[in-house]
Amino acid sequence: MTPEHLALLTEVARVHAGLALGNPSIFHLETRLGSLARREAASSVEALIDRLKAPGSEALARAVAEALAQPDTCFFRDREVFHALKTRILPALAQGKPGGELRIWSAGCSTGQEAYSLALMGAAAPELAEVKLDILATDISERALEKAAAGLYTQFEVQRGLPIRLLIDHFERVDDNWRAAPRLRQSVRWGRVNLAADLSRAGPFDLILCRNVLSSFEPAARERTLQALIAAVGPDGVLMLGAKEAFAAPEGFEALREAPGLFRRKAGRAKAA
Amino acid sequence: MMRICLVVDDSRVVRKIARRILEGLGFEVAEAGDGVEALAFCAAAMPDAVLLDWAMPTMDGLEFVKRLRAEPGGDAPLVLFCSSETNPAEIGRALDAGADEYIMKPFDGDIIEAKLTEVGLLQEIAA
Repeated sequence: MTPEHLALLTEVARVHAGLALGNPSIFHLETRLGSLARREAASSVEALIDRLKAPGSEALARAVAEALAQPDTCFFRDREVFHALKTRILPALAQGKPGGELRIWSAGCSTGQEAYSLALMGAAAPELAEVKLDILATDISERALEKAAAGLYTQFEVQRGLPIRLLIDHFERVDDNWRAAPRLRQSVRWGRVNLAADLSRAGPFDLILCRNVLSSFEPAARERTLQALIAAVGPDGVLMLGAKEAFAAPEGFEALREAPGLFRRKAGRAKAA
Repeated sequence: MMRICLVVDDSRVVRKIARRILEGLGFEVAEAGDGVEALAFCAAAMPDAVLLDWAMPTMDGLEFVKRLRAEPGGDAPLVLFCSSETNPAEIGRALDAGADEYIMKPFDGDIIEAKLTEVGLLQEIAA
């Protein structure tokens, strides 16, 4: 891969996904783009990138940006955070909500592990017996969403973070893979949303999870998206960023002690809905 | 103090692979070739964890975990099955018999690490 290829990818990632590639390893880029190159019948990843120079390559550029935007993911990533959600944050948020129903948005859900982890917690945790989770999960990548909605994971993927009891109770074995049971699949709504685009109609949500997404954005897109997410957090609602994305608390929010990256809208400062 | 993990598998190759991974994660490793050997080890000193194959000669993993749990102090070790059996009903039997977690073969270092974290033997390193 030449510096010219890298420059082109950096530009495509920035324009189409608000993504800052930084100094990625060539190995990492080739891994991310390898399957797209095969689908597009390109002879190599370099050949795929060369096609981006041709006029009318907008659709391909979007597909490349999508492939680059996909993070590695496992179930119940950052266990401490899920523990805090289960024992304290969700029960507290549900107090006084009609029917104990909470609106949750998994923003940048990739292949769905975070959204399914939430749904599994809602179904299995005694602490949440009186709480109903209404989960929306969105991503920029059609491919990731297809996989998420199908709920089909390899044997390796289901052994990353998913307790065995939840696996055998809520998934079905399909050949060498495991598929989320219909009830679990139906407990999440999926949709395609580009976080770098207009989010003004989103919300309000009681909890927004946007973990390890913003830190890959270039600064302007990061700030714009953070502001849009904040605006979509309802009164007393919580915004959850990644454990290593503990930016300073946004205005009108306070950092929660339970885990890093958690912010709650301060009482009385809520925007009129 | 270094924690001890007993690897119980009739395949020397699997024991060797598991040993390398577990030592890399900071465990002291002991080996047993079947359930009888494993029970003898546990009678002398309970390990912190047991990585347990299912199908073995003399005494299989399921019989081992039932007997272990009936021993004095036998409820202490965290038992993780590590087997090519992937039938959910069979996995349920292993859990009902007293296993804490279950690894489906083939496994790798990431899976062993994730499962040991699951049972609380390792701290999660935030990615």
